[in-house]
Amino acid sequence: MTTLVLACVIVAAGLYGVLSRRDLVAVLASVEVMLGGASLLLVAYAAAGAAPAAGQGYALFVLAVGAAEAAVGIALLVSLVRRGRSRTDQIREVRG
Amino acid sequence: MSLLRSAPYLVVLVPLIVAAALAAGIRVWGRASAWVALLGPLTLLAVGVASLGGRTSGSLTWLRVGERAMVVGYNTDALAAVMLVVVGVVAACVMVFSIGYMHDDKGYVRYYALLSLFTAAMAGLVIAADLVSLFVAWELVGACSFLLIGFWYEKPSAAEAARKAFMVTRVGDAALLLGMAVLWRATGSLDLAVVLGKAGSMAPAVVTAAAICVLLGAMGKSAQFPLHMWLPDAMEGPTPVSALIHAATMVAAGVFLIARVWPLFAAAPAAREMALVVGTITALGAATVALAQRDIKKVLAWSTISQLGFMFAALGAGAWPVAIFHLVTHAAFKALLFLTAGSVIHGSGTQDLREMGGLAKRMPLTAACWIAGAVSLAGIPPAAGFFSKDEVVASVMHASPWAGVALFAASALTAAYAARTTRLAFFGASRGEKPAHESPWTMLGPLVLLAVGALVLGAVGAPLLSALGAESEPLSLPIAGTAVVLALMGAALGWRSARPEAAAQELSDTWRSLTRAAFSGWGVDAFVTRFVVRPTTAIARATDAMGDRLLIDGIAEGVASLASRVGGLFAEVQSGDGQWYAALMATGVVLFIAAAVWLVR
Repeated sequence: MTTLVLACVIVAAGLYGVLSRRDLVAVLASVEVMLGGASLLLVAYAAAGAAPAAGQGYALFVLAVGAAEAAVGIALLVSLVRRGRSRTDQIREVRG
Repeated sequence: MSLLRSAPYLVVLVPLIVAAALAAGIRVWGRASAWVALLGPLTLLAVGVASLGGRTSGSLTWLRVGERAMVVGYNTDALAAVMLVVVGVVAACVMVFSIGYMHDDKGYVRYYALLSLFTAAMAGLVIAADLVSLFVAWELVGACSFLLIGFWYEKPSAAEAARKAFMVTRVGDAALLLGMAVLWRATGSLDLAVVLGKAGSMAPAVVTAAAICVLLGAMGKSAQFPLHMWLPDAMEGPTPVSALIHAATMVAAGVFLIARVWPLFAAAPAAREMALVVGTITALGAATVALAQRDIKKVLAWSTISQLGFMFAALGAGAWPVAIFHLVTHAAFKALLFLTAGSVIHGSGTQDLREMGGLAKRMPLTAACWIAGAVSLAGIPPAAGFFSKDEVVASVMHASPWAGVALFAASALTAAYAARTTRLAFFGASRGEKPAHESPWTMLGPLVLLAVGALVLGAVGAPLLSALGAESEPLSLPIAGTAVVLALMGAALGWRSARPEAAAQELSDTWRSLTRAAFSGWGVDAFVTRFVVRPTTAIARATDAMGDRLLIDGIAEGVASLASRVGGLFAEVQSGDGQWYAALMATGVVLFIAAAVWLVR
């Protein structure tokens, strides 16, 4: 139960960061925080259940996906910063 | 020969296929197009000659409406055969003549494609055995006329003239369509054999209404007063086109139409009366206008209107075979006159009579052909025009002495303008800037052929009239004698009016204003513009402003701007801010979870 609440808090904190920060680096870091919360939940449920190995496996997958996502995210970020844009309110090309 | 007689629809198919082939290869055919196009008229001629021996007909059901069937078919009776020969000969002459006349034109192939299409349409009109295919062909010749008047469409006056011709004849065509509707309602068929068979048994009011509608259609096509103003303007087209369409064939289609539906007119005395009055007014009025013209083609155009008036008068007098006889001789001599005018324009570079003069020395053969045509037009024996005009005047005199007297006057005027034009163009001193030259043989050949026709066609009168089922009356000496004397007097006066001193002479004021009024066609054009065209345009403008722009556009644009405004509201949501989307998504997820929890509680 404690782990569950802790995971929720971590995800919520990450979400808050994603929504409130204007700095792209901070937003990317907050996404990683949310991923961490979700991984924690997977591990916690798996430990309480019948097949802990499966949960840990999934957690590892999430880490790998997170690393790939961070690589793509940082590549985009570098490209944007080179064009002088490092804040979320500077990226509005898809405005309707 | 028997093949030609059994398959008369070839007269439509051959020129139609030629026209399509020429149109498809408009950049490929080049000079060859003239000789290919010639296939059409030759087919007409062959089938026409073959059909003189006996009629064939055929038909097929096009569509059924309830119990009524719409039938389309062909029929080559004597009338159709005669018309096929006339159209074939004139079209062939015009096509050969055009080889020289249109030599340097960049629209050479387009020209022959259109001539072929016209030939197909005219042939279809002639052999039609029902009002549906007749009307289709009728409109098609009108469309070809439009395209050929506006052949030099880059010239604004030509484009304008083409539009005018199309619009004015449309008035008549609408009446014709109305007449077809009346007949369809009264008889339940548009097959001419059925309709005409019932003409005698229809209610007098119905048959009169139908006949008058058909007459109005014929008046539009044949340029009869007051629907005649398009024909002088139609002279903007190439001169050989004027010879074929606006002298010999299409404008005569009105006369042909009335002859074709004659039983209707036989049962409708009021319509005959109207044709007589209209024809007489046109014959006399147009002849006076022709006398005042300065452009050689305009003289011929007004002359054509006048001669068609003679035919209408003959129709009104009940003598339709006589009208067809005059149609045939007129086709020969007027096509001849137009083609010689083309040769003159080609050789001298002008169509203004004041800049011609003395052309007989430079262009002897052209001059000789012109004189043959002019003598025939003036009705001086033994040229063909004398015989047909004499028959016309005699039959009209029989029906109404007043109209007969008016036609006598018109004949005298005809001779006068024929003589005047001849002297102005071919005799006296040359007034042109550059020396004229004689035309090439391709242009002179057709001229000689038509000149022979214009001189000797009077001889076909008796067999033609008997083939059409009428007795040919022997020449009545008083009428023929009066006609010849009047024609000679008119010619003498016309010749005198064209003497060189006359141009320099000071005219009295009344005479000058009279000439000016005649030159402008007695102000009919101005009158129509003022009292028909302008009010119509004003009504159209008003409906455009009130109905179209205010109401229709208002509704359409209102709906559009409403949609755009509602869309604008939703567009605000699409801010382009990624965090805003994420927030919306998170809110959505929270709401879903809340809903799920609340539902499974």
